[in-house]
Amino acid sequence: MSGTYLGMPAFPKAAHEAVHDATLRGNLRHATHTIRAKRAKAVAEVSDWDALREAGKRIKDHTLRHLDRYLVQLEASVTAAGGTVHWAADADEANRIVADLVRATGESEVVKVKSMTTQEIGLNEALEAEGIRAYETDLAELIVQLGRDRPSHILVPAIHRNRGEIRDIFRKEMSEWGRPAPEGLTDTPAELAEAARLHLREKFLRAKVGISGANFMVAETGTLVVVESEGNGRMCLTLPETLISVVGIEKILPTWQDLEVFLQTLPRSSTAERMNPYTTMWTGTTDGDGPSTFHLVLLDNGRTDTLADEVGRQALRCIRCSACLNVCPVYERAGGHAYGSVYPGPIGAILSPQLRGVTSEIDASLPYASSLCGACYEVCPVAIDIPEVLVHLRERVVEGGQVTSNGNKVVLKPAKGHAAERAAMRAARWAFSRPGALRAGQRLVSRSRRLHPRSLPGPGKAWSGTRDLPAVPKEPFRDWWQRTNGGMDGKGAAK
Amino acid sequence: MRVALFLTCVNDTLYPDTGRAVVKLLTRLGVEVDFPMAQTCCGQAHYNTGYRHEAEPLARHFSDVFGEYEAIVTPSGSCGAMVRELYPRMGERARAEGRGNSLATTLAPVVPKTYELTEFLVDVLGVTDVGAYYPHKVTYHPTCHGLRGLGLGDRPRRLLQAVKGLELAELPGAEECCGFGGTFALKNSDVSAAMGADKVRNAASTGAEVLCAADNSCLMHIGGTMARLSTGMRPVHIAEILASTEEEPAV
Ligand code: SF4
Repeated sequence: MSGTYLGMPAFPKAAHEAVHDATLRGNLRHATHTIRAKRAKAVAEVSDWDALREAGKRIKDHTLRHLDRYLVQLEASVTAAGGTVHWAADADEANRIVADLVRATGESEVVKVKSMTTQEIGLNEALEAEGIRAYETDLAELIVQLGRDRPSHILVPAIHRNRGEIRDIFRKEMSEWGRPAPEGLTDTPAELAEAARLHLREKFLRAKVGISGANFMVAETGTLVVVESEGNGRMCLTLPETLISVVGIEKILPTWQDLEVFLQTLPRSSTAERMNPYTTMWTGTTDGDGPSTFHLVLLDNGRTDTLADEVGRQALRCIRCSACLNVCPVYERAGGHAYGSVYPGPIGAILSPQLRGVTSEIDASLPYASSLCGACYEVCPVAIDIPEVLVHLRERVVEGGQVTSNGNKVVLKPAKGHAAERAAMRAARWAFSRPGALRAGQRLVSRSRRLHPRSLPGPGKAWSGTRDLPAVPKEPFRDWWQRTNGGMDGKGAAK
Repeated sequence: MRVALFLTCVNDTLYPDTGRAVVKLLTRLGVEVDFPMAQTCCGQAHYNTGYRHEAEPLARHFSDVFGEYEAIVTPSGSCGAMVRELYPRMGERARAEGRGNSLATTLAPVVPKTYELTEFLVDVLGVTDVGAYYPHKVTYHPTCHGLRGLGLGDRPRRLLQAVKGLELAELPGAEECCGFGGTFALKNSDVSAAMGADKVRNAASTGAEVLCAADNSCLMHIGGTMARLSTGMRPVHIAEILASTEEEPAV
């Protein structure tokens, strides 16, 4: 499994294969449509949903605006509660801190709670390189790990797999990692879950070190919160002697009371549940209860740079509910892997190019991986205007301009490969600024219409490979309008 | 009442029938329609592809051409949303870039008086029965920028339901994007085509002869896909259905 996605092809190329993979299309269509409908129902039950959404947005904006203050407050409260806080500027630093902490315990294996942040920094691979084995314990992450695969969804990382594929992976791979799959395992959900339970139980009982992320961190109390559905997360958060949590700095909430908003909006948006099944909260360490050593690694990794951008910073409000993925028609057809990041779908398309910059081929292509239909914005529980940010990032790709990189203001050059488009846009702007030029162009199109082919060669195939071209009328509207005096000369009116 | 028709560059060039239908319909309802000849393009394609600065002169031009009119009516949900939603944003961005208020002030007058056609009919004229006749089975696709950008809601459906002879068929997955998305259709043509094909399959499953929408750009994509998949269905702009009468029926 590669967590880094280096050298991924641009989105359209990666999507090409997914679109034509019938099994994948079927798996994704079924899964996203089911959860989409459930979410809509769960949200419709809440009479003050709009107010909750607005409150979530405001709390997050306020926190981000005063992040400097809340981070220091959080560090003080975690420390006072018996935890140790570490600061990591980037993925390498975070990985090094975690590896050192694990090594200091003398252990060579860890159990993991499902965590996007540790995926983002490629922690498992980094630990592997240090001779430390990390076991994923979330059912879907386990499927991904056993299948040497990459996650394709924030919440359901194995959404691209169906039950038959999962059974095959379990049968083939479980024995390499620990307890093998039971003889004669079928693809019924209960049997698959039981196989995973037996396989994981052994790891929970043995592990001395647990690694997690967190959904929220409360600055005033120093409390961390993990929200999950299986209970496997709770096993990792309570059984080991040492707990290491790697959390992005944007996950802070100022007060305990702020949780009341997100504990309502997150479950309904992500799993369509009214209340979350397992909500684990811990504050530092407590004698005789849970891990006796607790480390919090606060991760920046591009977040401060993102915060510097007025339009793009709203992406940091994200609570990773994945509602935007489930509703996205592009995600449904392209699949999560095409986004070349642990953050797929609409949120990935605005987050990756900000956290990683727009210099790689895949990152520069992500802002275009959208028809701007706006379905993501409509469902987002913290009202991130994803289309607005996508267009803003398109501008960054084609125009370049000032961005913040590692805390420094730098001026970005326009990306390569947009020269022809830029010239066409300029020419169109020129013509559209001069009605006479537009008219001359329209007439040329109309008068040559008999010569127009129904399909186009070269780059025009992008359209006409699957769609007929529209028939060109014999005259543009403005000529008709002038010729018939706005249709008033009796004849040509509105035919 | 005298209004300016902002037909849009796409309709002007490729869909003059839609323009004629709007003129016929509004004239029938007692509205005086003017077509300012200096109009060109609202700048949407530029803006949405990342060329905001190229879109600015087009927005200024739009404001020059239409600023004096009482109301501006356009048969395009996405161009309507461009003016109403994105012109104010362009003004804000220019201000944030330290270029003062000039753009915001220039664009401000056209923003509140630009209406998408069905909005104008229902909200300004207060009609849902426009006296139309169209004896066909029709299914309606709400285009994204009309639905989620302008919030057209059920206005188009109410107008269609009042058309004599028209049988309205429910479109499965109506609110899902058809996959056009402007330059998206070219830059991500595989995904765009797959979305278009699904939309067309859903439309065909209704047994309707006509797929109706309030935006010809989306209809160009859907119609092109229908032709390629030989469904026998045809795309028709809502203006053409509403303009159709027993005396002068549209096909
Ligand atoms: S962007 Fe919004 S909808 Fe998407 S995962 Fe984040 S919070 Fe959820």
